[in-house]
Amino acid sequence: MIPEIGSFALVLALLVALVQGSLPLIGAQRGIPAWIALARPASSMLFLLIAVAFGCLTASFINNDFSVVYVAQHSNSRLPLEYRISGVWGGHEGSLLLWVLMLSLWSLAVAAFSRSLPDDMVARVQGVLGLVAAGFLLFILLTSSPFERLLPGAEDGRDLNPLLQDPGLIFHPPMLYMGYVGFSVAFAFAIAALLSGRLDAAWARWSRPWTTAAWIFLTLGIGLGSIWAYYELGWGGWWFWDPVENASFLPWLVGTALIHSLAVTEKRGSFKNWTVLLAIGAFSLSLLGTFLVRSGVLSSVHAFASDPKRGIFILVFLAVVVGSSLTLFAWRAPKVSLGGAFALMSRETLLLINNVLLLSAAGAVLLGTLYPLVIDALNLGKLSVGPPYFNAVFTPLMVPLLFLMAVGPVARWKHTSLAEIARPLRWAFGIAVAAGVSIPFFYGGWSGSVALGMGLAIWIVGASVLQILARTRSGLPPRAFWGMHLAHMGVAVTVVGIVMVTQYESERDVRMAPGDTVKTGDYQIRFLGVEGISGPNYNAAKGNLELLKDGQLVMPLHPEKRKYLSSAMPMTEAFIDPGLTRDIYVSLGDPLEGGDGAWSVRVYYKPFVSWIWGGAVLMALGGLLAASDRRYRLKSTAARAGKLAAQGAAS
Amino acid sequence: MKRFLIPLGLFLVLVVFLAIGLNRDPHEVPSPLVGKPAPAFSLEKLAEPGKTFSPADMQGQVWLLNVWASWCVSCRAEHPLLVAFSRQGGLPIVGLNYKEVRGDGGIDAKKLSPADEASLTRQRAGAWLSQHGDPYTLSVLDMDGRVGIDYGVYGVPETYLIDKKGVIRFKQIGPITPDALEKKILPLARQLAAES
Repeated sequence: MIPEIGSFALVLALLVALVQGSLPLIGAQRGIPAWIALARPASSMLFLLIAVAFGCLTASFINNDFSVVYVAQHSNSRLPLEYRISGVWGGHEGSLLLWVLMLSLWSLAVAAFSRSLPDDMVARVQGVLGLVAAGFLLFILLTSSPFERLLPGAEDGRDLNPLLQDPGLIFHPPMLYMGYVGFSVAFAFAIAALLSGRLDAAWARWSRPWTTAAWIFLTLGIGLGSIWAYYELGWGGWWFWDPVENASFLPWLVGTALIHSLAVTEKRGSFKNWTVLLAIGAFSLSLLGTFLVRSGVLSSVHAFASDPKRGIFILVFLAVVVGSSLTLFAWRAPKVSLGGAFALMSRETLLLINNVLLLSAAGAVLLGTLYPLVIDALNLGKLSVGPPYFNAVFTPLMVPLLFLMAVGPVARWKHTSLAEIARPLRWAFGIAVAAGVSIPFFYGGWSGSVALGMGLAIWIVGASVLQILARTRSGLPPRAFWGMHLAHMGVAVTVVGIVMVTQYESERDVRMAPGDTVKTGDYQIRFLGVEGISGPNYNAAKGNLELLKDGQLVMPLHPEKRKYLSSAMPMTEAFIDPGLTRDIYVSLGDPLEGGDGAWSVRVYYKPFVSWIWGGAVLMALGGLLAASDRRYRLKSTAARAGKLAAQGAAS
Repeated sequence: MKRFLIPLGLFLVLVVFLAIGLNRDPHEVPSPLVGKPAPAFSLEKLAEPGKTFSPADMQGQVWLLNVWASWCVSCRAEHPLLVAFSRQGGLPIVGLNYKEVRGDGGIDAKKLSPADEASLTRQRAGAWLSQHGDPYTLSVLDMDGRVGIDYGVYGVPETYLIDKKGVIRFKQIGPITPDALEKKILPLARQLAAES
């Protein structure tokens, strides 16, 4: 009965989404107040219905209802409760349901936090979100219903993919989807502005906190995914340039560009068309990511069983949404006024360079991701594009970006001079060069890339600290100021992690018999042996090792090699001793012949690796500060003016 | 006006490529073994302990080598098709039972002696074939998976079409679908049977 209620709730949700996607939009265009007023209650109803459907699916998982195909495929009676709950989004159908749940949550949030916005603007934004939701609900109902029954029901489920039985999976997809889907709000604002023809500073101001909010979730989601890959896949990497990773990184790059471009549009009224295009682009890339992941056109470690019907549906949906948005853009953009003029040396120019660099990086990543598909489509053969390409094109673009990151906040709008920029930053520059050049020698020898990376990181942090000191002398700066500098320093922290771990990590694959020790960094690791243990739904070989420093026990290490009862795939559970300046990472390979109980053991020493994710957390915190700045919560005069204009149009 | 159409134009090109890509299978990797002689091996038969089989025994015939195991879920999906196909008597199918015990997550193979492993393999493989039907002319046991490595097996099931001279002419990764059987394997097999 419960799955049928879920199905029914989804059908009702589709109807509500169609209402939300049509009447408020028409009402706003024609000035019909009753239709405009529908937007807010419709979004509440939409959220409620999708939440009911999601709750029904969760209940089927918790109750082990294996008469539901999706549950039978992704759960098992021996699966622990927390994974039965996270198993809801462990497959295609449930992921999509989570997607629309997030979308309706964003729509609800816009309705709740947009009291200061003109009603017609809210109606248009909700209308666009309603249309997107309708598309995805239709997709779920036509091709991917999670509530399909299996009659007679299976005796037991096939179990959740062991890779996904991990605390990381509980949080990673919801965070990532919140980010992906969150760009739909910036997109909806952009479309609403194009439709109304009011592409102004007020629109940019309304979009900013929403864009930043989506960006926060995406940043955390990507970071969590990276941590998960680091400890769960068992080979200690933290980024693979896998198509699915790229699919989440592309909207992040464009979203980052959008955040900066919105600043120009709000403060100076320039870059309007460009900003609209970025808002459309960020969301289009989220949709493209969904298409790439869900259709199986690219092979990836995340490969999901694909169904061509689904691929066609998403492609058509993508073509309709993005195609119509870009058509609207081409139609409306020529009428948009140019903003304030600016000199070559100005903050506008620096932010423009920032955008060009971020967009080039996104373009390079997109090219590398789609290249195999294009080559195959042109019948030129099969190939794959790997990390060497991405590292080679991505790094050179990041170097000037990082350098200018410190300069941008110092530069004044409209017009600035080199001296004005150089004077406050000269100390930061001196320290960065000196520290960058000397740091490699502390770590055992000259390395140009370490010197460059560390120098840039110190340059960014130094510049931020100097600016904070200067600014606080004249009173407490607003949250947005702190947010910007915190996020910039977060980038610097991530850069430190990447540079140090890439250059100085050590990896050893050793044969270890009980009693053997191996040296890694300043530590020794002693192997005691392996014992068999059994978990709720797996058997495992559990390694007993000790981490020693100067002969003293630091901590016991227990990596595992698990065999899940439901599948033949062995899973490596690495054991990690995390630290501020280094991680010790141990994983079990295979038992070796020789009869002395020896195993192959993989030992990594990873300096500063946790800084990569620490930086992501700082970036997200910075975003949180910026998005919660007081001025976004004030009823701005521009918003009031907009409201008056709307009332004028309505009467 | 025109320059504002550029994003739309670029997007349409992208959509065309995505649409073409949708009809391609990225997993369809050309196997380096296609066109090469099937690697030789000599493995014990499932039905007759002590007797071995080698690909050379099939010289002069067009035949299929199908890699399977009782723990393999996709084999279960493929199996009815193989059974039905074998009833029509189209082609001889040799089963390569791959890591029957070692590939199963539920068993700790290290604790078994080689003799125990062999008898457990026979028992499990035999039980599976009597339950689901036996489409194979004969099956051989690749308990440690070495032959699988020679054939580049990376997912079970996999199927090789081998010609009269012992050359691999086609490789199917994953379960044989009715479509693949009708449109690829059978036409090619007919053509190979006509070759001298």
